[in-house]
Amino acid sequence: MRTPIEHLGRDALEVKGWFGAYKWLILRRASQIGILGLFLLGPFAGLWLIKGTLAQSLLLDVVPLTDPLLFVQILASGFFEIGTTTVIGAAIVAAFYFLIGGRVFCSWACPVNIVADTALWARRRLGIRQSARLKPSTRYWVLGLTLIVSAVTGTLAYELVNPVSLAHRSLIFGFGIGWLALAAVFLFDLLVMRHGWCGHLCPMGAFYGLIGARSLVRIRADNRAACDDCMECYEVCPEPQVIPPAVKSLASGGSPVILDGNCTNCARCIDICPNHVFAFGLRFGSQAEAEPNDTGHTGMAAWSPPPARPEQERLIA
Amino acid sequence: MSDSSETTFAEKWTGNRRRLLVDGAKTACAVGLFGLALGVHARSSSALPSAALRPPGALPEDDFLAACSRCGLCIRDCPYNILKLADLGEDVAVGTPYFTARTGPCEMCEDIPCVPACPTGALDHELTDITRARMGLAVVVDQESCIAFQGLRCEVCYNICPVGGKAITLDYSSNPRSGKHALFVPVVHSSDCTGCGLCEKACILEEAAIKVLPVKLAKGELGRHYRLGWEKKKEAGEALVTPDVEHRYNLPEGVRYEHEGRGLIFDRPPGQPAVTAPGAGVDDTPFSSNPLDTLNRGIEGAK
Repeated sequence: MRTPIEHLGRDALEVKGWFGAYKWLILRRASQIGILGLFLLGPFAGLWLIKGTLAQSLLLDVVPLTDPLLFVQILASGFFEIGTTTVIGAAIVAAFYFLIGGRVFCSWACPVNIVADTALWARRRLGIRQSARLKPSTRYWVLGLTLIVSAVTGTLAYELVNPVSLAHRSLIFGFGIGWLALAAVFLFDLLVMRHGWCGHLCPMGAFYGLIGARSLVRIRADNRAACDDCMECYEVCPEPQVIPPAVKSLASGGSPVILDGNCTNCARCIDICPNHVFAFGLRFGSQAEAEPNDTGHTGMAAWSPPPARPEQERLIA
Repeated sequence: MSDSSETTFAEKWTGNRRRLLVDGAKTACAVGLFGLALGVHARSSSALPSAALRPPGALPEDDFLAACSRCGLCIRDCPYNILKLADLGEDVAVGTPYFTARTGPCEMCEDIPCVPACPTGALDHELTDITRARMGLAVVVDQESCIAFQGLRCEVCYNICPVGGKAITLDYSSNPRSGKHALFVPVVHSSDCTGCGLCEKACILEEAAIKVLPVKLAKGELGRHYRLGWEKKKEAGEALVTPDVEHRYNLPEGVRYEHEGRGLIFDRPPGQPAVTAPGAGVDDTPFSSNPLDTLNRGIEGAK
């Protein structure tokens, strides 16, 4: 049954109540704004918990953090005597997202996500249905391109136009017109292409997606038998192509885990589904062990009890 | 669903090859064009304007643009807040740090906090002595407006220079206008100037007559094949080329001419009377050391 677009989320509200239907969205916004707030605490309140920008920062004056794509760009542009802090920072960030899902950066940390989500919301409200056609895989072309341009020009060329770092810098350093990058992304997503920037073009997202392609933390559709094809999850999902392989493969015996590296673990599908199809979990553990469960810990439950032992061994091996 | 991704995804597997090829070509064209534009943009924005100076220890500009991650940590650690991140629309590559000497020069902190703050090494961590930094080079660009060249006492740049008395010295010369005063003219020495810009900030003129320029712009460079003979001679302790054959002067016997020294010399061979120029009073020179002698001789001759 197809929900009329103006009734999007109504079923979930009825079944779960307001907080239940927006829980992950609220947590995500808190995380995004919180991270931005931490960066702003320094310049505005003199409290330097984290210093720098999303490109590269220093947490508590000790822990270096480096955007892995930026690290690779520096290498591509032909500078090899990179400081160890940068290398360690890139390793820490890559390891973190390798475990919890690369594109968690996109949905839980990146400030552009708020803009892209707002554009999607406005699209829905204004009834804009047309969208340019571009494959989601275009992002890998753009990713390759950023590295090629770096290599050819010998500078971090992509950083001249990267809306993520432009916007973040402009917010943190409180200056000028860098925020126009956000306006550009908003207008592009609103008028030109649905999920345009984050879902099709952003090379940072593409790279994080590759880093987390085999990540541990995943959205699982263990309760997929309860899916009534209302299509609301497709409507809210920033990468809708990742859903069917998990949800629609019950008959063919496919894995209920959303394994596509481009799933951002944003958990909007968990919120919006009135039938509790989705839950956070781990990539291991099969559908057989999973009890239909609406607490959001299905995966954990499936992984820890004795029947899951073969998977544990596989993990160790 | 308005999203096209599912359809193209499906087509890939149903084998709609023509569509796939056209889509691929379109993507390649669009991405390629974007890349070309980006490359051109990167090229044009890699030239640093001469008024923008990089923080101390910055690698040469080409390397710097590859190594700087635009994180802004150097800016956070600058205690005088002189460093700025270039914004969109400025001539400096966006997000990279720079300072402007006239409005905010480098204060030359002894511990150089901006350098260790740099995580990538775009600011060279080898730099531990700020007097060895080379952010640019001060040049007295306008002698016509610098008041020291007009014979007025100023010396503000000389006095403020943190590399005291070495990077800027004062050259004394006579003032041809007044005929009795001195000019105290500032001279910058590239061997010691760090390019901090304190002199440019301090210059009392409306528009500074001393300006910090990028070293490349400020310095000439001798062709690499040039060798300064006297320096090479000093290094080696002897002439490295065949010495010049001494010029043969057409001189009377017993007289010779010596380069690089005494000039005309009158030898007195043993057993012969000294060859002397007419009127010479002393042994080996025709001229007396007392200039009055000639005069006195003239007076004697008249008697």
